[in-house]
Amino acid sequence: MNPPPEERHSRFRAWLDSRTGLDSLLRHALDEPIPGGAKIAYVFGSGLLFLFVSQIVTGVFLAMYYVPSADHAHTTVEYITKEVTSGSFLRGLHAYGSSAIIIVLLLHITQTFLYGSYKGRRELVWLAGCVLLMLMLGMAFTGYLLPWDQKAYFATTVGTNILSELPWIGNALKRLLRGGTEMGTLTLSRFFVLHVFLIPAFIFAFVAIHVYFFRKSGAAGPIGEDPLEPKLQSEPFYPKQLVMDMGFTILIIVALGIIAYFWPTELGPKADPSDTQFLPRPEWYYIPVFQYLKYWHGSTSLIGILLIPGIVGLLLVTVPFFDRSLERRPWKRPVSVGLFAVILLALGGLGLLSHREDLRNPGLAAQLKAQRDATKEFMQAKFEPELSGGSLLAENAALANPGAAKGKEIFEGQSCNACHGDNGVGTAAAPKLIGVGEKYTSTQIEVLLQKPNEQMTAGGMPPVNLKDDEMKALIDYLRSLK
Amino acid sequence: MPFLEPPNDKAPDGKNRRSFLAALLAAGSATVGVLLAVPVIRFTLHPVLARTTEKSWSDVGKIQEFQSLNAPIKRLVSIEEQDGWRKTLIEKPVYVSKDTRGGLIVLSAVCPHLGCTVPWLEKESKFICPCHRGVFSADGTLLGGPPPRNMDRLRSKIEGGILKTQYQFFRQLTHNEEELA
Repeated sequence: MNPPPEERHSRFRAWLDSRTGLDSLLRHALDEPIPGGAKIAYVFGSGLLFLFVSQIVTGVFLAMYYVPSADHAHTTVEYITKEVTSGSFLRGLHAYGSSAIIIVLLLHITQTFLYGSYKGRRELVWLAGCVLLMLMLGMAFTGYLLPWDQKAYFATTVGTNILSELPWIGNALKRLLRGGTEMGTLTLSRFFVLHVFLIPAFIFAFVAIHVYFFRKSGAAGPIGEDPLEPKLQSEPFYPKQLVMDMGFTILIIVALGIIAYFWPTELGPKADPSDTQFLPRPEWYYIPVFQYLKYWHGSTSLIGILLIPGIVGLLLVTVPFFDRSLERRPWKRPVSVGLFAVILLALGGLGLLSHREDLRNPGLAAQLKAQRDATKEFMQAKFEPELSGGSLLAENAALANPGAAKGKEIFEGQSCNACHGDNGVGTAAAPKLIGVGEKYTSTQIEVLLQKPNEQMTAGGMPPVNLKDDEMKALIDYLRSLK
Repeated sequence: MPFLEPPNDKAPDGKNRRSFLAALLAAGSATVGVLLAVPVIRFTLHPVLARTTEKSWSDVGKIQEFQSLNAPIKRLVSIEEQDGWRKTLIEKPVYVSKDTRGGLIVLSAVCPHLGCTVPWLEKESKFICPCHRGVFSADGTLLGGPPPRNMDRLRSKIEGGILKTQYQFFRQLTHNEEELA
């Protein structure tokens, strides 16, 4: 007699578990104790993990149509945006997904900071998180270039130019990243490899490290909790916290879906390096940095570009090393919380300042409007496929040389094309003539035309008798077939 | 059997709530999965489903040019082949001629025998293939030689005063026209 379904199910689980250890692994993951119980405030980490997975899924599928070359990148992104079913939507999910990651990162960091969750042997969790922040910013920077439109090209030109402000190694670093002194197809390849292979590999590794260290030290719990020896009654991660995390995830994907559907990501006209008017503006999350860098020129640039961001960055990264008290309530930690607030406010202020400058300066405002209009116009234009390099190749070559153009008339007038095909592509009856100029000299061709060899005669090739100038034109034409 | 532990070791009173939340989670995961999977699948299937199997029409020339036609006239038509985000342009020769009732027809210049390009010979007032001397009349009717059928007629139409054709390759050496994709 067959066992009831429930028992069969549990027997399968036991079979699987004895071979994989899946049950204990799952139990370990789901039974993570949260001191003080589940809270909405803890959903941001899971939200980030989901967004990263979503970026991988959408990114992998976008790569199905994308070509990372300066020749084709823009056309393929235009094809995705205008032609492929759901292409605009999927690209929107990916592009807005990067903004969502920055927003949720900010929330995650702010929550961690306000809750003092980096305290109590959690330095390495914080450090791994800082590395992840840098990697995510790197993803945003490298991904921005890939569509190869005007704003991508010029924003990245500016972004990579900043590197050359660094002392000693600045220029070498810039050349390394660009694959040369100028932006070009090699830059695009490098950014593609960084965006698709290298940085994601590091993100995988650091997510694992971040989560492992987090589980090792345990969840810190609410602000009143002792970060080293939790006193509050704990609740497992599953199911309540997981349900909250899931709710947040659904909120993210639904919001992204609505935005991507109703406000499709735009694509501007193809990058034109000779454009001297274009005003580059980075994505919104880089605007504060962009504005900040405007203030530093010449001799002071070292202070502004290296020293100040270096100190601020170092302070942020090393915060768990010097802020060592176990006090977690934000109102009892005025210095660290104040510093954090100042940095956030400064970034926000710089962003607003940049926005105001663009609005107030009529020259800038007009140019930016012209750029937006150009983008709108481009988005409305019908997709025009790229003309492949092999198109009409023989004709192009023939028409480049007037003698050859006359030869083409003779070729067709003598019905050579009847057997050798139009433009000498060959048919079942006679071989192709493309490349004949590389095999024989002009004299050899003339001899063969006037007195075909045995093999040619057997195939039905008649001797060709033409006036000298006509013969020369015909040979010019034959030589032009490549 | 020691590894056969009961699947549910939770307190009985919390069991209902937990299974409700588990169902909620399953529904949530399914929602997220579907929201991502639907566009991804549509995106992937685009070349399979939205394939434009319809052949494009190429311009042959203005209708006036062919009004007083008394012999077939050769024209090159550009054929655009779209391949995803790129296109290839190739040119193929066709003949514009008249059928027995005086209507315009477009003939493929490819010989149905072995695929040579058939020239119109003014002197003989016939199409004569130089490869194996297949002979056709002005409207492409087979008059003699090894070809198994008449010259192939291409679909054509007149639109806005312009003669257009749908270029097409045909299988060689068969008695009936067989279109090749």
